[in-house]
Amino acid sequence: MLRYALRRLLLAVPLLIGITFVSFIVIHLAPGTPGEVQTGDLSIQSDRDVQKLLMELYDLDKPLHVQYAKWLTRLVRFDFGRSFSPDARPVLQKIGERLPITLLLNVVEMLIIIALAVPIGVLSATRQYSMFDKVTTVFVFVGFATPDFWLALLLMILFGVQLGWLPISGLRSLNWEYLSFWRQQGDFASHLVLPIIVATFGGLAGFSRYMRQSMLEVIRQDYVQSARAKGLAERVVIGKHALRNAMLPIVTVLGLSLPGLIGGSVIVESIFAIPGMGQLMVQAVFERDYPVIMGNLVIVSTLTLGANLLADVTYGLVDPRIRVGARRGRR
Amino acid sequence: MKPPLAVVPLALAAALALAACGGEADSAVEQGSGRPGEKPAYGDTFIESLTGNISGLIPNVLSDSASFEIGSMLYSGLITRDKDLNIIGELAESWTFSQDCLDLTFNLRRNVRWHDGRPFTAADVVFTYETMIHPKTPTAYREDFKAVAEVAAPDPYTLRVRYKQPYAKALQSWGLWMLPRHLLESYVREGRLREAPQNRSNPVGTGAYRFGEWKPGEKVVLVANPDYFEGRPHLGRVVYRIIPSQATIFLELKAKGVDAAGLTALQFKRQTEYPAFRKAYHKYEYPANAYTYLGFNLKDPRFADRRVRQAIAHAIDKRELIDGVLLGLGREATGPYKPGTWAHNPSVRTYPYDMAKARALLAAAGWTETNADGVLVRNGQPFTFELLTNQGNDERKKVAEIVQASLKELGIQVDIRVIEWASLLKEYIKKRRFEAIILGWGIGLDPDQYEIWHSSKTGPDELNHISYANPEVDALLEQGRTSCRQEERKKSYARFQEVLAEDQPYVFLYFRDALPVVSSRVRGIVPAPSGIRYNFNEWYVPTHLQRYTAG
Repeated sequence: MLRYALRRLLLAVPLLIGITFVSFIVIHLAPGTPGEVQTGDLSIQSDRDVQKLLMELYDLDKPLHVQYAKWLTRLVRFDFGRSFSPDARPVLQKIGERLPITLLLNVVEMLIIIALAVPIGVLSATRQYSMFDKVTTVFVFVGFATPDFWLALLLMILFGVQLGWLPISGLRSLNWEYLSFWRQQGDFASHLVLPIIVATFGGLAGFSRYMRQSMLEVIRQDYVQSARAKGLAERVVIGKHALRNAMLPIVTVLGLSLPGLIGGSVIVESIFAIPGMGQLMVQAVFERDYPVIMGNLVIVSTLTLGANLLADVTYGLVDPRIRVGARRGRR
Repeated sequence: MKPPLAVVPLALAAALALAACGGEADSAVEQGSGRPGEKPAYGDTFIESLTGNISGLIPNVLSDSASFEIGSMLYSGLITRDKDLNIIGELAESWTFSQDCLDLTFNLRRNVRWHDGRPFTAADVVFTYETMIHPKTPTAYREDFKAVAEVAAPDPYTLRVRYKQPYAKALQSWGLWMLPRHLLESYVREGRLREAPQNRSNPVGTGAYRFGEWKPGEKVVLVANPDYFEGRPHLGRVVYRIIPSQATIFLELKAKGVDAAGLTALQFKRQTEYPAFRKAYHKYEYPANAYTYLGFNLKDPRFADRRVRQAIAHAIDKRELIDGVLLGLGREATGPYKPGTWAHNPSVRTYPYDMAKARALLAAAGWTETNADGVLVRNGQPFTFELLTNQGNDERKKVAEIVQASLKELGIQVDIRVIEWASLLKEYIKKRRFEAIILGWGIGLDPDQYEIWHSSKTGPDELNHISYANPEVDALLEQGRTSCRQEERKKSYARFQEVLAEDQPYVFLYFRDALPVVSSRVRGIVPAPSGIRYNFNEWYVPTHLQRYTAG
């Protein structure tokens, strides 16, 4: 098992380099340079001089493979470089200040989704075509179909403008510095309520469907029948025997959504004015801020590869069939 | 000439409405301008909204408008603009030009200190100049200082500038943000000014506000500078909240989460006309520094004929256009200068809506026959052209549709094509592959428009897209940019506008109005042609209305 994991880990390195190489090329293929973006599209002579200066400053006048080699050698020393944006800050610092809030939002969102989606899925599967199932089905399709920004605006109008219960946007009230510690936490939490509701609403729909589907397959299996035949209580049959197996595909989906945790949602972050990763990334793309884009990409692809590896290894631990298969494959 | 401001009747109407429906007598007379005899109070926090993150704190090396706005609070220039956009002294007490416009001497204020307590002297001005011309400083302002031959500081409060040739923008260019030599010199020398810590935190300027904090993507906080050389500003703190979505800003405005914002015409006219909003905010309107035009490719033989362009101008009802597209919140344009500014010439030829005249002009140009579809024909060729504009600007799209309808009546068939901005520029504008365009120009504070109209500026990367060439205009533009005396320049630009109006290389359509609202608890706002922000340091909130006590 350990050797299997190690081998996968080693294979991930060339894969990662391949990913960064392709992305590096693709980003540079996009029209426009950081200099052009910074000085505007309709440029007069002085702007073109600045553009030239910036090209030299950022080494963009060099051939692409030279640029990539330089970037890669810096990366090996964990130097992600400085942003091309005029603040010229180190990339890691920029990502570091945006990451915590996105991570917090997404982890909370994910926990809420799981906590709600699993029982909803199980209930609608075990009571298939019941009233509950039908109502949740409708709810789920509404959830799928509702655009984030529209729901966000409606909630903001209701809770922020009409009722005045919750803040509309941002992370902290303006008098935050002058509040007591617990009030600060309360204020912060109240700012997160609407974004989390909006982000959860869409995700909940998908997850509860997965859960329902997976549960429906499992409860038709023979071993569930035999568990019932043994005279076990329905609660135990569903909760213990069926649920465990039904969770397996869900774990896969969860594993795949791990890298998404640091990605951030552009729409939710923009409309609620949350300074997270989504906003940073969009701004970086618009500004052609290559170091920030690449830095973010390296982190996300590392996480994706890591999550895949983790998922595979966990399968092996959880499901004996896969472990055996892996051993056979080695021979 | 139209009055530059329509805000007085508007504010009056609001006050009357309040009084009529029995609102508090107090608020009925309260106006943004404050009550006579009221003593301005200090304190409170003013909350602004920005749609974009600022990119740094040293505006000299930045290019986004949000950074400029905050930079102008932190730093000062030698000169600035008053409410009528006239140049007045800021860090300079006075200045003189030599007779030949080549020597400019500034006398600097003596009581000015940087935010860290060091005195501001002429050496700092020399340093700022050296920064701007340093080959490794990435700044878009270098052009302004290329005409300078020499800058010297004979004593700490005198600055002498010598120019290679007369340069009209000489005085204006010294409105640039002055930078502190004692903190930034080494960074400039190494060509790393953008990496200086002052670009990220603790910028040091001489402005009315000091830096408080900058949380990227969240907010920028500025604090009143008690030692400001023109006296401490009244509003104690200014917070710029960064809110990317315009819709969110509007909701925050309704929930009183921000104190000021710019509205769209629709919001201004239809969505804010209820009593609670009118009580909480004062609305202002003044022409923005940008105009929208219909431009012709003058390489096209049909448009090369001036009579055709004049006919089209007569066929477009600008008032209808403004009412339809901007709900009436705009002003008809007669040329490329904003009404109410010194360079604007109010008495040029105008083209009132007149179909008969338009037809006569077209007939004179040989467009007499029409085909079965009612389209004008000359030498067997129907008069049809393609009108391009950019995607994502609904206003321009609507303008194009109204122009299309108007010209159809005249017998000209217009096909509208809306193209994504980057490819419109690259594939059509820069390659001159267009017949007509609807676009706009933002105009600067100086009337020099050499880059847009001079016949030498028709190259692919240059701004005279329509290939306009008129020797008289060339001469006028050259005269205008080489004199340091406003009266002489005014004459050149007045004639320049007459020629443009006669030639109609563009049909100048309108100046859109800027539509800001400001919380009604803020007093001391006096709208002027330059807008409302020029006297920001005099804005105040009466003590009993202050909302934020801390700070």
